[in-house]
Amino acid sequence: MDYFLTEEQKMIQELSAQIAKEKIRPVRAQLDENEEFPWEIMRILAQADLFGLYIPEEYGGMGGGILENCLAIEQVAQACIGIATSFAASGLGAYPILLYGSEELKHRYLPDIASGKRLSAFGLTESGAGSDVSSIQTTAVRDGDHYILNGTKQWITNGGEAEIYSVLAITDRSKGPRGASFFVVEKGDPGFSFGKKEKKLGIRASATRELIFRDCRVPADRLIGREGIGFIIAMKTFDKSRPGIGSLGVGLSQGALDIAVEYARKRVQFGKPIISFQAIQHKLADMAIKTEAARALIYCSARHMDTDPPDASKVAAMCKVFTGDTAMQVTTEAVQVLGGYGYMQDYPVEKMMRDAKILQIYEGTNEIQRNIIGQELNKEYGRIKESFF
Amino acid sequence: MHIVVCIKQVPDAKNVRIDPDTHTLVRQGVESIVNPFDLFAVEAALKIKDASNARITVITMGPPQAEEALRDVLSRGVDDAVLLSDRAFAGSDTWATSTVLAAAIRKLGNVDLIFCGKQAIDGDTAQVGPETATMLDIPYATFVKKIESLDERHLKVTRQTDEGVEVWKVPMPALITVIKEMGEPRMPSLRHKMRAKKAEISVWGAADLGLDHEAVGLSGSYTQVVRVFSPSRRGNRVMIQGSVEEQVEELYKLLKEAKVPGL
Repeated sequence: MDYFLTEEQKMIQELSAQIAKEKIRPVRAQLDENEEFPWEIMRILAQADLFGLYIPEEYGGMGGGILENCLAIEQVAQACIGIATSFAASGLGAYPILLYGSEELKHRYLPDIASGKRLSAFGLTESGAGSDVSSIQTTAVRDGDHYILNGTKQWITNGGEAEIYSVLAITDRSKGPRGASFFVVEKGDPGFSFGKKEKKLGIRASATRELIFRDCRVPADRLIGREGIGFIIAMKTFDKSRPGIGSLGVGLSQGALDIAVEYARKRVQFGKPIISFQAIQHKLADMAIKTEAARALIYCSARHMDTDPPDASKVAAMCKVFTGDTAMQVTTEAVQVLGGYGYMQDYPVEKMMRDAKILQIYEGTNEIQRNIIGQELNKEYGRIKESFF
Repeated sequence: MHIVVCIKQVPDAKNVRIDPDTHTLVRQGVESIVNPFDLFAVEAALKIKDASNARITVITMGPPQAEEALRDVLSRGVDDAVLLSDRAFAGSDTWATSTVLAAAIRKLGNVDLIFCGKQAIDGDTAQVGPETATMLDIPYATFVKKIESLDERHLKVTRQTDEGVEVWKVPMPALITVIKEMGEPRMPSLRHKMRAKKAEISVWGAADLGLDHEAVGLSGSYTQVVRVFSPSRRGNRVMIQGSVEEQVEELYKLLKEAKVPGL
């Protein structure tokens, strides 16, 4: 389908697709099996200028927006969302700096993130604070020219591999939701260490670790924005990043659909290719409908989000829910179309199905996304005085 | 430093078929690619550029659509491209092709290094590199797998031979043909791709190169393809398996049965 992309956007698609096909597809199964971080692929994506698509040119990026980033993520995800997650998570770590950082912080960190020289990560989740973000325990206490961080972040994507971390900590507990702040913490800062690498169901090429802060001293100028706006930064970051998570779902769905259709055309049972049976045709049709609808939602939303609209949180949540649920359904059906072969590791769809599950969980569970959409609807309709009856 | 890389656009070998009646390549629907060995040559040049302020020009002789191959290479970080295209070049064998490439390199002027792939995957002759160097009267080294060092006037290269490796010190200007051990060709980058899309590519014909029509194309070629055919299969192949000792014993038995003299 023609989404009226610009020449430059088509080039981003083409280049990312070439990398996915030539460099990622041949190694994805092995990286998954060995739970190996895809450093070589990160290097290739960096050299291709794809890490800085959404970062302004003055900070070393390509000066595009959310759609440009989504296009690259989708193509990479078509081959492997473990790798695409590692790639996209660097953007998640960069957004707090990009949106709220001082000029000094932006100039210090964004060029390296844009060039892919250093990976970035986002540290929010804790063992007791997942969906309930407000109950985080990590603290940052001002001490002269420094802040001292204490606490543990859990399940941090790119943890241990990234060098630049945007970390949320409580600076003033008495202020409740207005008492949290974001800091840039660098790998190597005194008192900053990592927990063991987690073993996961899917996206096993990506690295997930604890971030451990024990009297970790960071210079006061690493505060992002000002004290007390931590939760606002987190929400605004998610508004920007969730369409990207959506693109992970679109790419994964497309990757599974491609394999399912190709297989169904070749696999012969009862003397005919199985694609000639309606039971299979209808499955493939539903997979194609959902994948295309998910893509249309993401492309339109990504363009919309670049205008900083008032309904950003609702649209971002819709992107995440619809694409995550779609990817779970489409990959599960892809395994069904391939039958016993689909269940075996010799074919890529079992990995795709294992990988898909995370899309309904991370960066805010799909249940939390539906809460956001519901609350936004309530607010939106509360402002409308007209009756629809 | 100015480096020239010579490339060739070839049909993607993975999809090539021979028409059983005409014995010619079926080009319809077959994607054209940059000769894979030439991409290793491009990579060799880019490696030098990474470490210095070298300028790289890529040239190719071919029909107008060979421009695509030049843009592919530009998108990987090469600076300039020149297409050598003229109806008069059609039917050139390796000699006539080398005549055109050598003339283009002379016209570019002040070239320090020339890289070629070791051979093209369609013709497989491995002649164009050495012929071009000979016509330019400069030294050449073939089958190079590594550039050991480079100074103002010399480069040191390791070449792979059937017997082993040789390390040569070569005075510049020189021509080097490259094998795949030079390193995986890099992917395009978005910045280079955007530049490549818009890049003006000069097209030089026989007149621009000061070449007589007699010197190029079919009339400038010492060889002509008279007929292409698929060789018929000869004899039977036997795979011998087992440990080395078992294989030797089996081979000896087979040779003896075949009454090979001396056994």
